[in-house]
Amino acid sequence: MPVTQAMASERRPDISAQTALYEQMLFIRRFLEKVDVLYRQGHVHGPAHLGLGQEAIAVGAATVLRPEDYSIGTYRGHAHALARGAPAEAVLAELLGREGGICAGKGGSMHITSVERGYYGSYAIVGAHLPIAVGLAWASRIKKTEQVTVCFFGDGAVNIGAFHEAVNLAALWALPIVFVCENNQYMEYSPISSMIPVDRPAASRASAYGLEPLLVDGNDVFAVAEMVGAAVDKARDGGGPALIEADTYRLKGHSVADAGAYRPAEEVQRWRGQEPLVRQRAALLAAGTDEQDLIKLETRVAISVSGLADRVLAAPAPDPATVWTDVWADGGSRWRN
Amino acid sequence: MAELTFRNAVLAALAQEMERDERVVLLGEDITSGGVFKTTTGLVDRFGPDRVWDTPISEQAIVGAAMGAAMAGLRPIAEIMFSDFYAVCWDQVVNEIAKTRYMTGGQVTLPLVLRGANGFGSLGFGSQHGQSVENWAMCVPGLKIVSPASPVEMVGLLAAAIRDDDPVLVFEHKALYGGKAPVPDGEHFIPLGEARVVRAGSDVTLVGLSITVGMCERAAATLDGAGISAEVIDLRTLVPLDAQAVLGSLAKTGRLVIVEENPGQLGWGAAIAALAAEEAFDDLRAPVIRVSGGNVPWPVAPELEAVVDVSPDRVVSAIQTLMKH
Repeated sequence: MPVTQAMASERRPDISAQTALYEQMLFIRRFLEKVDVLYRQGHVHGPAHLGLGQEAIAVGAATVLRPEDYSIGTYRGHAHALARGAPAEAVLAELLGREGGICAGKGGSMHITSVERGYYGSYAIVGAHLPIAVGLAWASRIKKTEQVTVCFFGDGAVNIGAFHEAVNLAALWALPIVFVCENNQYMEYSPISSMIPVDRPAASRASAYGLEPLLVDGNDVFAVAEMVGAAVDKARDGGGPALIEADTYRLKGHSVADAGAYRPAEEVQRWRGQEPLVRQRAALLAAGTDEQDLIKLETRVAISVSGLADRVLAAPAPDPATVWTDVWADGGSRWRN
Repeated sequence: MAELTFRNAVLAALAQEMERDERVVLLGEDITSGGVFKTTTGLVDRFGPDRVWDTPISEQAIVGAAMGAAMAGLRPIAEIMFSDFYAVCWDQVVNEIAKTRYMTGGQVTLPLVLRGANGFGSLGFGSQHGQSVENWAMCVPGLKIVSPASPVEMVGLLAAAIRDDDPVLVFEHKALYGGKAPVPDGEHFIPLGEARVVRAGSDVTLVGLSITVGMCERAAATLDGAGISAEVIDLRTLVPLDAQAVLGSLAKTGRLVIVEENPGQLGWGAAIAALAAEEAFDDLRAPVIRVSGGNVPWPVAPELEAVVDVSPDRVVSAIQTLMKH
């Protein structure tokens, strides 16, 4: 299969921009690790699916979007919301079921949404949001705006009908949308390779819709930004959709309740050496950044996340009366008189 | 005043609202050529290809695209050719469209309409093209449900559905499409959630929806001759439900017959019967009776259809039984 690959980007931005991206990814990493700890301490109500190790995709893609662009993702969507600028305190409050949650305590970990920041939701039925993403892009086309939609989904989603219906319609109508498959190698507990009759979950399917197979190293934040950026530019210019497969690795289990013991230790070890933060840190040092400066930055991020958690833990529960709001556009939930 | 068929009433409502609001856009299978039931004929010529979009046979994409476009500020109307096909996109309807406003704490608004042919009517469509599926939707909080009974009702209720800021499923009974009735000139709008007293009466309340409203009317006319005065209520919408219209009528008549095309084992009539039991027990002078579709997948041979379909005759005999109680 001829595949266009962007493995390691040579065109890196200046050092301050690189440092900013490192800090953003690090913040998300510390945030997710904190959620893991809080879950084990009994503070997270319900499951949480962490994208530990997959931060470069969310951050790399977000850097190429305009504020008015749309993005949309899955239940493993914390990084995607944060990367667009969703307020971290409100996201954590949602995970912990506290007042001030970004979805008012009605969405929880799997449905983090920040419309204000262009992140139109995290969806927990695998593949379901791809058709919805097509609708966002369809609206841009009808309204003749320049807005592009970026739709993130996991490798497991390529085997469900909604994926095929959505990519087909987007390609048929040449909509301004970029589909980004985060291939973290596992469909829940099963290696994705054991669940597809082709080489690659997304890239191998692209030609079925007349799209170019695009593959990127999803642990290289600049490679992601470069490939998604090119696809977004093309879509914005009326060039139609793209389907990108970003290779990455889920450093932990499917959810906080899963230890991921089915993964060979050697495999985990290998990917740990290639995870985005390790690589970006090494790149910054190689580019001449003083390690002491990095340590300061890392300390600052750790303190910030820790303070965030303390504040949210101290927040009260939502007002029980609010359970009856927001079913209908009038703010209420009345179904009869 | 023009005579309009039910199908042309759909067309009239779509045109009325597309004229009024340029955010209203249509998508569905074969709709630029009018669609299988000819409810969208000529709209692409009048409003242009940016407002009327033909899709592949791809219901998940159709319904999902409607949802995404609604989130982005349009007011899409998706045609689902036969309501039986909701089964292949039900995730989009009940897990995404019905819930996303709530799950996001009110961050998104979904002003969209899903509409199309519904119902049995002994037309030979059988099990996979002949169901009445309003009951599927009624058990899911977050969906409004409209099912008009006549051409003028169709224009006004479909217009209200399109102007509503919430997702609305509009069920158009396919056996009504060809029927004609006068529709006054001018714009029509009937608020959702207001039932209609089709005919006043004092002995028994007949509650119908869509095609069964006409059956109730015919049954009531027959019973006039037997000295039984039946009040007929057209619910018009199941959500929002005008429960007070039913309870108010029941306070007067003390008897309730609910006529639905849904299967009796769990049709919308069960919710109305529960309402009467819970909130109007003291008004009841006789058991509540439901006249419902048969509890089998729908057959095709006419002689078999007749056994399971609802009909004015079945309504009449239900009332006669009730009056003997």
